[in-house]
Amino acid sequence: MTSAFRNWALSETPSSRRQAAWGNRYRAWLNFKGNPLGMIGLTIIAIFVLMAILAPLLATHNPATQELGNRLAAPSAAHWLGTDELGRDVYTRILYGARVTLGMVIAVVVLVAPLGLAIGCIAGYFGGIVDTILMRITDIFLAFPRLVLALAFVAALKPGVESAVLAIALTAWPPYARMARAETLTVRGSDFIAAYRLTGASSWRIIFRHIAPLCTPSLIVRVTLDMSSIIITAASLGFLGMGAQPPSPEWGAMIATAKRFIFEQWWVPMIPAVAILLVSLAFNFLGDALRDVLDPKGN
Amino acid sequence: MTIEIDNLRISFGDKEVVKGVSFKVAQGASFGIVGESGSGKSTVLRAMAGLNNHWSGRIAFSGEDAPLKRPPAFFRKVQMVFQDPYGSLHPRQTIDRILSELPLVHGMNDIDARIARVLSAVALPQSARFRFPHQLSGGQRQRVAIARALIAEPQVLLLDEPTSALDVSVQAEILNLLADLRVEQNLTYVMVSHNLSVISHLCSHVGVMIDGHMVEQVTAEDLRLGNVQHAHTRELRTLSVELEEPA
Amino acid sequence: MLVEIQNLHIGFQSRTGFAPAVKGVSLKLGTEKLGIVGESGSGKSLTARALMKLLPKQTRIEADRLAFDGIDIMSASEREMRQIRGKRAGFILQDPKYSLNPVKTIGSQVAEAWRTHKGGSKRQALEAAITLLEQVKIRDPKKVAGSYPHEVSGGMGQRVMIAMMLAPDPELLIADEPTSALDATVQAEILRLIEELVSERGMGLLLISHDLPLVSHFCDRVAVMYAGRVMEELKASELLSAQHPYTRGLLNCMPSLIHPKERLPVLTRDPEWLK
Repeated sequence: MTSAFRNWALSETPSSRRQAAWGNRYRAWLNFKGNPLGMIGLTIIAIFVLMAILAPLLATHNPATQELGNRLAAPSAAHWLGTDELGRDVYTRILYGARVTLGMVIAVVVLVAPLGLAIGCIAGYFGGIVDTILMRITDIFLAFPRLVLALAFVAALKPGVESAVLAIALTAWPPYARMARAETLTVRGSDFIAAYRLTGASSWRIIFRHIAPLCTPSLIVRVTLDMSSIIITAASLGFLGMGAQPPSPEWGAMIATAKRFIFEQWWVPMIPAVAILLVSLAFNFLGDALRDVLDPKGN
Repeated sequence: MTIEIDNLRISFGDKEVVKGVSFKVAQGASFGIVGESGSGKSTVLRAMAGLNNHWSGRIAFSGEDAPLKRPPAFFRKVQMVFQDPYGSLHPRQTIDRILSELPLVHGMNDIDARIARVLSAVALPQSARFRFPHQLSGGQRQRVAIARALIAEPQVLLLDEPTSALDVSVQAEILNLLADLRVEQNLTYVMVSHNLSVISHLCSHVGVMIDGHMVEQVTAEDLRLGNVQHAHTRELRTLSVELEEPA
Repeated sequence: MLVEIQNLHIGFQSRTGFAPAVKGVSLKLGTEKLGIVGESGSGKSLTARALMKLLPKQTRIEADRLAFDGIDIMSASEREMRQIRGKRAGFILQDPKYSLNPVKTIGSQVAEAWRTHKGGSKRQALEAAITLLEQVKIRDPKKVAGSYPHEVSGGMGQRVMIAMMLAPDPELLIADEPTSALDATVQAEILRLIEELVSERGMGLLLISHDLPLVSHFCDRVAVMYAGRVMEELKASELLSAQHPYTRGLLNCMPSLIHPKERLPVLTRDPEWLK
């Protein structure tokens, strides 16, 4: 079965669109598989995503149930990772926290990547006044430090997960727009784009069907590498009380509420910190590996 | 389709690179433009194709003036083949995708049959259809580029140094293919090249450009025999002939 | 002998396997002009680069003998190679645009090349640079010395490259497609210049090109390469009457201005050639 797929996908003379596309994907996967750090990153992320999805099945307690008689307990058979300052099970809260944290990250990426790509490609392709206006707007957003702008934005709205996502999204898109624009500028004058202009296709069709796909690989790499900083920004907002609100088990908020116990019951704030570290590191490994596979300049 | 170019001027910013070029090409004929880099020969061709909007003068196909911004239907009649087969095909699309773009834009039917037809017209195997450009040789890529132009079923083909990036053995195959296609599909050619022997092989009439001016128009026969007037034409001819003669 | 190559093999190791590119090339060069011609992928550039050890890391080189002026290149250290590269042997590449530093004036670059090898003060170096620019027949050397690479034409850039290569008085000049980015009128001038300089200074020249007629006009001997092998080696003056079917095929399939052909003959490749 697998070897049949392998032969079909790797055929030098594919006989359908689908086969050619799968061949490309499979070759990329083979390249990716050869990178051990990338595989470690992918595995860690897959585990956390599974944990988030299956949280109700994997959890040993209810994330909100308090056992005030059993506060700040050390890890034990009853509470695998101990309990927090309200006697809630930390393992369960990490599971549910993965939903909040990863959910925020995914929401940010879904908002930001297409926006940055579209703005960058449009600015780069049309040039002139369109380019100037779009890029000056980008510069304005780029000029603010990310956390400060996000803080101001959340403070103006009401603190919460949605505002945090919106605030991070607002500060995260400019680098993608700049990158997409730079890539667009390198291909805009090429003969193959000229050839597409000679089909009579509209500028929009050329931008979205032919230029944007060329910018996506490096965008994916950049987004993956940025994931860790998005997680940290989300956690920082949570830590500062501007992100997810209690009792929501967001990792940053968990560290914030447990920070007073760092000397006596150090594992309480440490466990969400380790979760953040692991996921951030995993995304960085993944990003590095993807760069080797996807970035055409590397080949 | 006849082509008339009248007092064509093209500028990049303040710099005029084409300074009043005029020539005519009869239906089914093939006209060559020869010149060195910076002479403006490729700029003329790109303006004819509609890739340059900074021109003045007259460009007319079949007596009909071409507007600055060409309507989509224009590209069914006039197509172009570029110099570098490595840079003129989208690096991440299959040949199939590259060829199907024009039929999709124009809402043509039977795209599969059309692709099969142009692939065989340029003598590429059908198995090349779902491959990527980097899996093909330089000569095969240039055939794909020609096929992409042919799928529009054009009447005019503009050729910008179509063989200068290729080895001589592949150049011979492509030149033969272009010669055959012109007869079979009743095409009119305008070809730009720096190589006199290539141009005189494919074109019956040749215009010589230097510094934005077309200084002379001769028949390929006169070029061969040396019946030329302008000093630059003579210089180019001498260089070409010297190389052909044994050392 | 300036250059001795015996049974040179070059190949690339990749994930999918080993791909040989040069398969047993043997060449000798004294103080003469040797041309290597062949189509793209014939291994002509690789051969020249192997001689200067300028190949990427994943390439595998094997040879019975690979020597420059008696020095064994295969066992030479990077330090010994630096003594040869740029000093005893100059390398001229296809496009001068990519070989010159865009943010330094031409004069300072030529002067620097001279000073690295000859020493002396900055002023002496600049004077030497202007003399060198004069030798490559630049009409106004002082003016060119003060300009930046993007301000000069391709032909001028190539002259500057040649001047830089001449600074340390090399014994060998390797020119890899030195004129294929240039116009026909400039191409002839540059090649004549290289030819003159090589004869005057008694250097060896290795000219790599895809253009058979061109090489036959500017070299003493020509080696014709195909698919990593030397098909034949002959006197340049006899190139146009070559015997090997590959050489003949290449010559035949070129269009001609003075002898028009109705249809161009197509080169049929014979697997026998590679036996």
